Formats: sequence, structure tokens, C-alpha cells
Amino acid sequence: MSETRIDAETTIDVTVERVGRAAEARHPNTCPRCGSHYRDDELEAAIHVCAHCGFHFRMPARARVAWLADAGSFREQAAEVRSADPLHFFDLRPYRERIAEAELNTGLPEAIIIGSARLENHPLELAVMDFSFLGGSMGSAVGEKFVRACDAALAAGVPLLLVSSSGGARMQEGILSLMQLPKTISALDELHEAGLPLFNVLTDPTTGGLMASVASLGDVTIAEPGALLAFTGPRVVQSIIKEKLPDDFGRSEQNLRFGQIDAILPRSEQRPYLARLLRLFGR
Amino acid sequence: MRERLSRLRSLPLLQRTGVAAEERRLRHQLDSVSRVDASEEEIWAFVELARHPERPYTLDYVERIVEDWVELHGDRGRADDGAIVAGIGRLAGRTVALLGHQKGRDLKERLRRQYGMPHPEGYAKAGRVMDLAERFGFPVVSLIDTPGAYPGLVAEQHGQGGAIARSQAKMITLGVPSVACVIGEGGSGGALALAVSDRVLMQENAIYSVITPEGCAQILWRDQGQARKAAAAFKPDAFHCLELGVIDGIVAEPPGGAQNDPDRAAAQLQEALAAALDDLAGIPGSELRRTRRQKFRAMGVYA
Repeated sequence: MSETRIDAETTIDVTVERVGRAAEARHPNTCPRCGSHYRDDELEAAIHVCAHCGFHFRMPARARVAWLADAGSFREQAAEVRSADPLHFFDLRPYRERIAEAELNTGLPEAIIIGSARLENHPLELAVMDFSFLGGSMGSAVGEKFVRACDAALAAGVPLLLVSSSGGARMQEGILSLMQLPKTISALDELHEAGLPLFNVLTDPTTGGLMASVASLGDVTIAEPGALLAFTGPRVVQSIIKEKLPDDFGRSEQNLRFGQIDAILPRSEQRPYLARLLRLFGR
Repeated sequence: MRERLSRLRSLPLLQRTGVAAEERRLRHQLDSVSRVDASEEEIWAFVELARHPERPYTLDYVERIVEDWVELHGDRGRADDGAIVAGIGRLAGRTVALLGHQKGRDLKERLRRQYGMPHPEGYAKAGRVMDLAERFGFPVVSLIDTPGAYPGLVAEQHGQGGAIARSQAKMITLGVPSVACVIGEGGSGGALALAVSDRVLMQENAIYSVITPEGCAQILWRDQGQARKAAAAFKPDAFHCLELGVIDGIVAEPPGGAQNDPDRAAAQLQEALAAALDDLAGIPGSELRRTRRQKFRAMGVYA
């Protein structure tokens, strides 16, 4: 297990942390890589990709659905499924307050939206996550909505496409969040039993519980360039293990090199690629 | 909450707790701990017992309750992960495949076993022994005791998330009975990877959680020192896990904790495992798989 281990260094590389802090100060429409700045409408027209350097901004779930699905084809499902607060969780603020704030800030009912759609006229079920809703974290409501997406795909006999973006399990729901891993995997097993595929598009970031469940179980898995795809993120690995990390630690490129994903595709090439998959798996 | 508690009481949830006095004690404990306002001290006491340095580990139980033990090594790909022990042996009169996390007792062993934190190779080893179990119809028994999956560079490069996901997927589809018991720390995905079982039990003083109290405190309070507060907020003790429907039963321990009397703790564990295996014996594989999926699909509380 140690043949690829990089020689342990006693110094801790803190570059990732510095980038993290700078990122907080930056305007969301400013490219963190080259500094180009865009108006909202420019960014949207460019499917949230920097026209100058190709950096992929995180894409809001609604914008992603509007772009992926054929015009007018998306029918949202299970929008009524919302988070509860079974543990009466209170850290620095009550969990309920955090949920209400996330709803207000994002206009989304939860960190995932699901529904039926068409892509280049192929029917499919979509499940699209949004990192801006409590870090895309998976609690009971997100797990339930993914399960319903599996059920809908099964009922319609169509493939399921998951676009993931999640920091992992939602801590405020404690052990119930952890149980969303086997819950979603169980629903996926039923889909697979019926001969229907799951296609995964992994976007920045997909970490923790999502990587340890359905995000790692796609029949075909593609990733966006430069996305952080890890079970344990770089900051935690650095703080615990005190190893110097390679620059592309946990990124799509490292995942491709080590055989964890099938391809890295810039956003502009994803629709034709997915359409090809839908043709190949079509019945 | 009160309603849920009374519903709980009507179910045969406490697995073979031995004598009636013990069952009464556990029910009393359930009443007092699974309140909304269980105190920080009450919850933290479980965390400390679950991590007690003298608490019996997987191999301590194996030597007491498994006959004809044959340990199996290696994932047949790359490594033999010391953080996961796998093997076959006889438990309560039947051949089983047994998987368990193994922490080390002294520093040297702890380093060799990575404090019970598996790499992807550990889950691959568990997976190939599950394949063996399925081939020969052996039930799969797993003992859970890990702070979590190993958070390191090589573990990530070798696909830690995918390894945990595939281990769960394999457990979901197993055509043989499976029983898991958390015997210490049930730390997040690293624990769950071996605990997607037909029956999931917890010892009385074990914990099962989505993240360590320290990790949660670091993220939500930005201060590791708030671990007690974090634990009290996410409630990792067996009684809350039972109440939330995450586990199927609680296994009693000797007074003061399993470390006080490992022989007795082992006897109580054996009785609970045997009862669960008896329950599952003779059920066809396809039905086990369907029922298991239904059970996990129903987990969660949403509005």
C-alpha cells in the first residue's frame, strides 16, 4: 500500500487553505484562476465557464437543468419533500434557521432537484444537486428525493442522470444522514436490477458521503475539469496526516489517472456525450 | 418524541439481553437517555466508553466466541490491510464469514493496523471474503469498531469513496444472511461499509455517527474543543440510534462497560449474534435482498 506514497515531509503545505480564504473574498462572478469578471448574463450565456481561461464555475441546479434538458421538457418531481429537524439540532445556530436561509438564498426547496426530461429527444430522469444549498449536503430529504428519482426512472423505464455537487452527509441530521448512503444505494440496486443505467456527471465539489455512495456507482462516470472529487478533502488530510499533497490532490485529473472515473469533459462537450450514451443504452 | 418512545416499547427491539433485570435496566436507560435534552455528560460518557483503551476489540471477541477460526489475508490485488480482519469460523454451531475492524492494543500494533482505519484495500479484502461467503452460503457477521476510513493521500488515490460505496452495494445484494454489531466506534462511512446488514446491533456503550465529535466541532463550531457539545447535538449513542430506527437492537454489556468483564461481554455478544442468525436462517437469498433494501430505503426523517 505504500509503493506510491510520497515521502513524508514534516512541513504542511497550506496553499489550499490560502486559496480557500482568497476565494471567500472574491466576487462569485470573478474567475478564481485568471481574474476575469463577468456580468450574470454573460456567465449564463457561457454556461458558467470562463471564456478567457476555461475555468468551470459552479453551476446553479436550475441553470444546469435548463441547459441540459431539451427546451420545455423538464417536469419537476417531489418538490414538496423538505428537510425536517429530527434531532432538534443546534450548533451556533438552529438547523431550522439554516434551512430557511438556504431556501431564501437559493430559491430551491432542497440541495437536489429531480424530474423527468429529454436530452436530444431521449427521455431520461434528472437528479441535479446544488452546492449553494447548505453545501449540497445530503440529509434525509436529499436521500429521499434521489430514491424517488430512481423510482421515477424505473417506472418510466429510462436512464437516470445524476449531476453531483455535495460536501457530503449533512451533519445536522446526524446518523440519519449517514443512512442516506445505503438508502440511495438500495434504490440504485433496484434500478440496476431492472437493467437501467445510472450516468454520473461529477462536478466541483463532490466529497464525503456522496463519493462514498451513488456518486461512485455510476455505470458511466464523467467529471468536469478541475473538480474536487474526494472522500476526505485536502484540508482534512493535511491537518490529520501532515503529508505534503500534490497540486492536483483529489481533483478530476488525479481521479482519471488513478482509474476512478471514465472521462473528464468540459461542459460544452457534455450534452453530445450524454446523448451518445443515451443512444447506446436505449432500448 | 414521547409517542415514538411508546411505539418503541411495544416492539421486541432489545436483542436477547439475557435476564429480565438486564432488559429492565436497558429499557430504563432508553427512557432516560433518548430524551431531547439528554445531557452532554450522559452522551459523552458513551463516547469515552466506546473509545476505552481496554475495550475488547474484534479479535478479543473472535478468540472467545469463534471456534476453528481461520483468518484470511489480503485483497488479492495489492495489499493486506491490518485495519480489517477477515476470516471464517464456527459461531454458535454454524460456519460464518466474520469481518471486523481491528484497532491495535500497543503503539506498534496500532501503527500496523492504522488505528483501525482501513484503506480501500481493506474494503476490497472484506469484499472478496463476502464473495466467498456468498459462494458457500455462509452468513456474514461483521464487528464494527473504527474512528473512520483512513484519511490519507494514498487512500484517496486508490479510491476510498468508491471502495466504501462498492462495499455497501455488495452488502445490499448479498444472498446470505448478514448481522453487524457496533462494538466500539462506528465512525461514519468507514464503519458503514461493513454494516449494511439484515440486522444491525450496537453494544450498549458503542457509538455510531456520521462524523467524529471532534470533526463535527471543527466544522460547525470551528473549535475541536467543542466535541462534547457536538456529540450531545448529534447523539451517537445506541439508544438514540435505536430510537431513530437506524439499528435493530442493543446488546447489553457487563456493568460499567465491556472492558470490565470481556468474557461476559463476549457471551452476551454471542447470544445476540446467534439469535439474529437464527431469525434469518432459511430465508431465501432473493427475499433477504428485497427485505434488506426495503429496510434501508425507509431510513430518514423528512417533511
